[in-house]
Amino acid sequence: MNRSERILMGNEAIGRGLVENDCRIAASYPGTPASEILASVADFAAETGASIHTEWSVNEKAAYEVALAASYTGKRAAVSMKQVGLNVAADPVTRSTYLGTKGGLVLIVADDPGPHSSQTEQDSRLFALFAKLPVLDPSSPREAKDMTGEAFRLSEKYELPVMLRPTTRVCHARQNVACGDPERKDVRSRFERNIPRWVATPAFLPELHRRLNEKLDRIAEEEAFYPRLVSRGGEESRRAVAASGVVFAHAAEILENGGFSGKTDLYQVRLPYPLNRKFIGDLRKRYQEVLVLEETDGVIEMQIGSDFVEGRNTGHVPRLGELTPEIVEKILREFLGVPGEAPSAGQGKGKRPSLCPGCGHRAAFFAIRETFPKGIFPSDIGCYTLGMNFGAVDTCHCMGACISQGAGFYHAFAQDGPGFPSIVVTIGDSTFFHAGIPPLINAVSQGARFIVVILDNGTTAMTGHQPTPALGIRSDGSRGAAVPIPELVRAAGVRFLRECDPYDVERMEGILKEADRYVRSAEGGVAVVIAKHPCIVGREARKGQPAYRMSVTEECIGCKACIEDFECGALVFDPDADRVRIDGTLCIGCAVCVHACPVGAITAEGEDR
Amino acid sequence: MKQQIVISGIGGQGVLFATRVIAEAAMEEGLPVLTSETHGMAMRGGTVISHVKAGPFQSPLIRPGQADVGLFLHGGNLELHRPFIREGGSLFVNRPGPAADGGIDAAKLAADFGHPVIANLVLIGHAVGRGALFCGADTLRAVLRRISPPEQLEINRKGFEIGFGFEG
Repeated sequence: MNRSERILMGNEAIGRGLVENDCRIAASYPGTPASEILASVADFAAETGASIHTEWSVNEKAAYEVALAASYTGKRAAVSMKQVGLNVAADPVTRSTYLGTKGGLVLIVADDPGPHSSQTEQDSRLFALFAKLPVLDPSSPREAKDMTGEAFRLSEKYELPVMLRPTTRVCHARQNVACGDPERKDVRSRFERNIPRWVATPAFLPELHRRLNEKLDRIAEEEAFYPRLVSRGGEESRRAVAASGVVFAHAAEILENGGFSGKTDLYQVRLPYPLNRKFIGDLRKRYQEVLVLEETDGVIEMQIGSDFVEGRNTGHVPRLGELTPEIVEKILREFLGVPGEAPSAGQGKGKRPSLCPGCGHRAAFFAIRETFPKGIFPSDIGCYTLGMNFGAVDTCHCMGACISQGAGFYHAFAQDGPGFPSIVVTIGDSTFFHAGIPPLINAVSQGARFIVVILDNGTTAMTGHQPTPALGIRSDGSRGAAVPIPELVRAAGVRFLRECDPYDVERMEGILKEADRYVRSAEGGVAVVIAKHPCIVGREARKGQPAYRMSVTEECIGCKACIEDFECGALVFDPDADRVRIDGTLCIGCAVCVHACPVGAITAEGEDR
Repeated sequence: MKQQIVISGIGGQGVLFATRVIAEAAMEEGLPVLTSETHGMAMRGGTVISHVKAGPFQSPLIRPGQADVGLFLHGGNLELHRPFIREGGSLFVNRPGPAADGGIDAAKLAADFGHPVIANLVLIGHAVGRGALFCGADTLRAVLRRISPPEQLEINRKGFEIGFGFEG
């Protein structure tokens, strides 16, 4: 066993690469599959004694701007996000290629073909092409780590931000990876005034754009990024496969096997944009048939030309979705004329995820739905999207959209007369900070009338419990300044604000009714209710609350209302007894389910901490 | 040595820890290793799967019909994930009832010991006891000593030994 090697997740390997390559400022907003990158930077910085400012920024746009300005001072900086986070950061990113950088700036964007955990499966390499941003596409954790250094060097050589684009299967793969000591350059911050560049009013932009195009032309001629010929299909092979990212790894492994070996040349494209120009010419000269394998759109294919290659755009490769190894095998069999069939994956959907037993969100959703059986429930992105499982979430779009959707629903219905429906929006605390504040100001100022419930569990739970600005805790565990949610809500002009613990279902229902009366009153507007209960995944939170001994009595009529309307994993239907029982290994004794039984058969006893 | 292992379960059962234990065991044996894991919303009680590939591989994913070993922490996933297991591959399933055909009530064995969360290590111990994994018990014991938090070490070790010594 090589002692310098460790088993690292792709995201940890990227974090390690940033620390080893003298990154001094790293910012991020959490989102699957990118969440572990920033935490790894903080951990490896602590371990190696490297001096790095790490931060969980309020959103991806802020994260990018922080890292960009740090790069202006000559220091290396990095920012990481998931692919839809790039949509949020799109504004500063697109302009930054024109203006360029000083210290190396690496933008890590984790794509999610499938998608497994995202609202789109957009290809960030296509965004890189749009923004004129060079992009590296790693095929493994080890390569992702190596590419962080390459990205910094490329960025500094051309004074241009560089994108590193791993996908879920790289981010959440683990591999034995060699780790070295951090390189330390001891760069001191320096900022030189340069109005044509850092202010860059429109008059300066044509020149900046011309220089940007020139940089991209030169990068497309870099020999280091001529795709690697990894295996050969014989001396005179007239067939080639060009692949990038983890799809390259799938293809390379399949082509090693008996029936496939020696059938084609295989190239790995490490820099999909700008694609090496000589490579494009050589492909057209040397080969009769070329197959491109890439995720998720035909970015390499588009640059070579779909008149010549087979790929996503020509329909030889499925036009959507993840290219799993069995799909790659099928495509390669067809392309190379190798007989046989790729076995297919199992059918069925498996078990759907559900809010944890004892989750405060479930209690809040239950109170909302009981109070407004005919309500409209816009919601948002986080664990609480799972409220859809029991009819308490009607929409989910993108971070922060729910509040604007609440306003949009109100204005549309209000035109039809005074009897508009009760609209109850649910948004998590971290999502509220990320993108909820401008829409709240907008809704208030435009006179919308609806209820916003901020589901405040004191953390960013879905992505692994990153702190929110309300906590006053920074990414390395040190103290920062806390930004309380109620003050923000009041400052947004909201005149009805109540806080409650959703475990107290009756009290929350009372507050919701009061909020509805306010919304419909003469001087009414937007009402905000903060439903506050700590995420019970944290052990400390669970220690701080009573745990009741729960049981289901013989009164249970087996109607399953609790299972369907409340959906707690600890409530299980026992077909032999024809009634519900409590799964003691899952139940945390929150006792909220007492409210979910129409015949009062669920009972709570004692208080057993 | 090359071995491909699928670990299937539902979020919260410790599939990720089981994946890490087996990956570290590969490294302990000097084998290159690649794994693939499920993160995100599925971890809230939904179906999750990990792939572990010990030996010279390039792709982190196992193709259907190629896995040598299947460790199922949730029997309900069999329909979905059994197609990963090759013909003649070995299958170990956490399921209630008497042990048969690779079945073991790991959840009950763990709960009887007072720590339901270690069903994952009971299942791994059982697979090692049957000689199905690429490594022996001493490698696994060394890994548990190395990666367990101090307060959890004795519990993890015992979980592994319960499965390792299980005869059913």
